Amino acid sequence: MTDASLQSVTTTGEAGMGDYFALLKPRVMSLVIFTAFVGLCVAPVHVHPFIGFVAILCIAVGAGASGALNMWWDSDIDGLMRRTAKRPIPAGKVTPEEALGLGIALSGFSVVLLWLATNALAAALLAFTIFFYIVVYSMWLKRSTPQNIVIGGAAGAFPPMIGWVVATGSVSIEAMLMFALIFMWTPPHFWALALFVKSDYGDAKVPMLTETHGRRVTRNHVLVYTIALIPVALGIAFTSIGGPVYLVISLVLNARFLNGAIALWRRDEDAAVADNYATEKRVFRISLSYLFLHFGALLIEAALRAFGYGGWGLW
Amino acid sequence: MVIRVEHELHQRRRGRNVGVGLLLVGFVAVIFGLTVVKVLNLTDIREFESFDHVARPQLIPDEGASE
Repeated sequence: MTDASLQSVTTTGEAGMGDYFALLKPRVMSLVIFTAFVGLCVAPVHVHPFIGFVAILCIAVGAGASGALNMWWDSDIDGLMRRTAKRPIPAGKVTPEEALGLGIALSGFSVVLLWLATNALAAALLAFTIFFYIVVYSMWLKRSTPQNIVIGGAAGAFPPMIGWVVATGSVSIEAMLMFALIFMWTPPHFWALALFVKSDYGDAKVPMLTETHGRRVTRNHVLVYTIALIPVALGIAFTSIGGPVYLVISLVLNARFLNGAIALWRRDEDAAVADNYATEKRVFRISLSYLFLHFGALLIEAALRAFGYGGWGLW
Repeated sequence: MVIRVEHELHQRRRGRNVGVGLLLVGFVAVIFGLTVVKVLNLTDIREFESFDHVARPQLIPDEGASE
């Protein structure tokens, strides 16, 4: 290769490490890391800290691989929406083929390493999570039904279950309830956001509930799903990973979330526009702290149990 | 023209190359650490050692040990 040919390499739009990292959707990864960590910590089986670290790393990388594959599949519509137009592929930094290659490589790496480090069931669940997010959610549901976020939310609900399986090697009621907590939380959380963010999903022909059924129906859905979420959240209190501390925190959080959902349901669009969607934004913020504090409460119970105080043993 | 060792391309892609290098070092560290932890946590040496086509007397159960 001559120096002249090297000079012909374009200097604009070249991807750096940050662009490849952005393909992994780091903000989604942070939630995955936290919930998987809690699932691992609350399990009744001790895991060597380094094995635990590798397991969380694999789950995070698997989630990142899903993000890269999602960006590859959605590269045709990401450029049409303001929220996603600056992603590495529509920005011209990374080619779709690179994203596909990175996604497949990291998927294989994370699943195989998780299997070697922990057990086959945890690796199988991680593989299924990646499959579910890409094939079931991205390829199938996202562009075909306004219920996409309801069923697709399962992909984000698996990490605490995988964390639990890493430690115990099996799925139990506690793991299923942690899964159900995120699964039931996702729709009201997302629809509260959809109510106040001016989306352009219509331009990309993605059927979002706010656009296919209107905002009134979306408000009804937020309330119904919030009510359905409450027994799941409270039910965890009476399993081996719950306890009185979790129950008190959960009662307060559910009261706040339900109160916000009712206020959101009572409003019409004129009232929302008048105060610039203040209630919708408040409910969205409440939903964020709701999930974080529920899993935080589970960590507190686990810490108390380590000193002999957690759970219902003393009551 | 002879290609220079420190070409502009090297400069431009330094961040990317350093990043890949760090990832590889991290990968080696993870595999090494995992190996050390797995081996140290074995309760029975026979889980780690095997015959490997070579007779290893130390792996043969003692005759009459269970009697």
